[in-house]
Amino acid sequence: MRRKVIFGNKLLPYLLLAPQLIVTAIFFFWPAAEAIRYSFLRQDAFGISVMFVGLENFQDLFADERYLQVVWNTIWFSFWVTVLSMGVALLLAVLADRHIRGRNTYRTLLIWPYAIAPAIAAVLYIFLFHPSLGLLGRALNGFGVPWDYRLNGDQAMLVVILAAAWKQVSYNFLFFLAGLQSIPKSVLEAAAIDGASPSRRFWTVIFPLLSPTTFFLLVINITSAVFDTFGIIDALTGGGPGNATQTMIYRAYVDGRVNLDLGSSAAQSVVLMIAVMALTLVQFRFIERRVHY
Amino acid sequence: MSQVQPAIAAPVPLAAEAPRRRRFLGADLTTHVILLLGVVLFAMPIWIVLMGSTHDAATIGRGEVPLLPGSEGWNNYATAWSEGNTRRASVPVSTMMFNSAVMALLITVGKLAISITSAYAVAFFSFPGRMLCFWAIFITLMLPVEVRIFPTFQVVSDLGMVNTYQGLIIPLIASATATLLFRQFFLTIPDELVEAAKMDGAGPMRFFKDIVLPLSATNIAALFVILFVYGWNQYLWPLLVTTSTDVETIVIGIVKMLGAEADTEWNIVMATTVLALLPPVAVVILMQRWFVKGLTETEK
Repeated sequence: MRRKVIFGNKLLPYLLLAPQLIVTAIFFFWPAAEAIRYSFLRQDAFGISVMFVGLENFQDLFADERYLQVVWNTIWFSFWVTVLSMGVALLLAVLADRHIRGRNTYRTLLIWPYAIAPAIAAVLYIFLFHPSLGLLGRALNGFGVPWDYRLNGDQAMLVVILAAAWKQVSYNFLFFLAGLQSIPKSVLEAAAIDGASPSRRFWTVIFPLLSPTTFFLLVINITSAVFDTFGIIDALTGGGPGNATQTMIYRAYVDGRVNLDLGSSAAQSVVLMIAVMALTLVQFRFIERRVHY
Repeated sequence: MSQVQPAIAAPVPLAAEAPRRRRFLGADLTTHVILLLGVVLFAMPIWIVLMGSTHDAATIGRGEVPLLPGSEGWNNYATAWSEGNTRRASVPVSTMMFNSAVMALLITVGKLAISITSAYAVAFFSFPGRMLCFWAIFITLMLPVEVRIFPTFQVVSDLGMVNTYQGLIIPLIASATATLLFRQFFLTIPDELVEAAKMDGAGPMRFFKDIVLPLSATNIAALFVILFVYGWNQYLWPLLVTTSTDVETIVIGIVKMLGAEADTEWNIVMATTVLALLPPVAVVILMQRWFVKGLTETEK
């Protein structure tokens, strides 16, 4: 991965790297180190004295049933967002990949939601699901279904899952479409000539050949559902009702910024860092393996 | 064998094509129907907000959910633009849009600038600590702001950057993704080109300006779309580092407008939502070609 022909300057490369490295050191490494340091410390109620408490913050965290509930919420939420958004995206991509009229128009009309902020997606979903202002929310109540996601925890979870999945579909759609277009047409024709039905062709030829894309998207979707959905939850439910829609990021924010419980918030940050590292490693093992293909 | 194969293979798909056409006419219809449903699924929420933004507050408040345009459109947008939420002291949407535009553009330009120079250093120079620098940038992928919420705020506040544009922007401009993409691209620039430039007496900065930058135009365009959308849509970070309304961005502003429900002017919220959507959606649609290419190539 090294070039043969290079420039010989001694100082210049450091100058070129300096801005990025300075920002990285001040705003990434320093805070990350602080998070790790704080996670072993505890402040008294007045913020005057600080003492070393070892792993106590972590022990307290995992002994707290509400935190375990939050971890479970995160898993449940990410699972459904990933399954829904990938399923819908795959269906749409397979159809948009067929030789039909207007496929470019369909593509444009299916990718623009990529541009929508999570918090804005949440606002759009308020106008769909609000019990008295939303199109669907009102209809549900009209049909005699007691619907109010602001009071019912399960309904709140459903709405945040739908909003997050909705927002994620276009991203997945783009990758599935790119994956489908890279499958050699000759393979599909061979299967067609052998008399395989369209659904058989899909499950025995297309789907296995798409597996690198699928696996990549799986990791990316889980990561973004865990880390990138703060805006949706904050704008739609504020983590409520109770803490029915609180995820790990949301809880770390509330404890750190609102409750000012630094030790616990820092411990939660460390737990989250370990989670990102695990996800990134999974992704890299996979990329490494794919290089040999 | 390789000579014979095409001759046999060519006619077969054609023969298979003819009956397939007829058999799948129904399938084509189903394809269109499902794709259209997909389009509606995405467009519906926007349509509701767009139509709602042309009615008065009472209509929305009664829950009528108008699906056709009303007559209050001009008023709503004018009010939102110049006053914001009138019932509570709030920032005009024009100010929020300005703040969002400044943040998104400076984040984009900042990320592009510092990433392309660091990728250039890593790809075209040999110096002690080269791999260490590369890994230091790379590892930030594992430290998104979401996992270090409080300590990062602490650092920004120690530096006195709370409620400033610097505080909003600088901590976000490091970019491992952009650096990786540029480095990957730089490695494909042939050695001969570098040699020729050196022989002609071009120094590293000259080579960067006259050869590398123009060659990177497509990559820059693709990253511009991705990073602009990223910058415009930031939510958690502005929420942490801004408390004053002077630097409030539009994404934060809308969520604040929702505040206490009874007190919300829904028609203004809807108009503001449309305005907030417009810039990033326009960038994605207008620069679609680069964006699609950039996205599917960056992340892989």
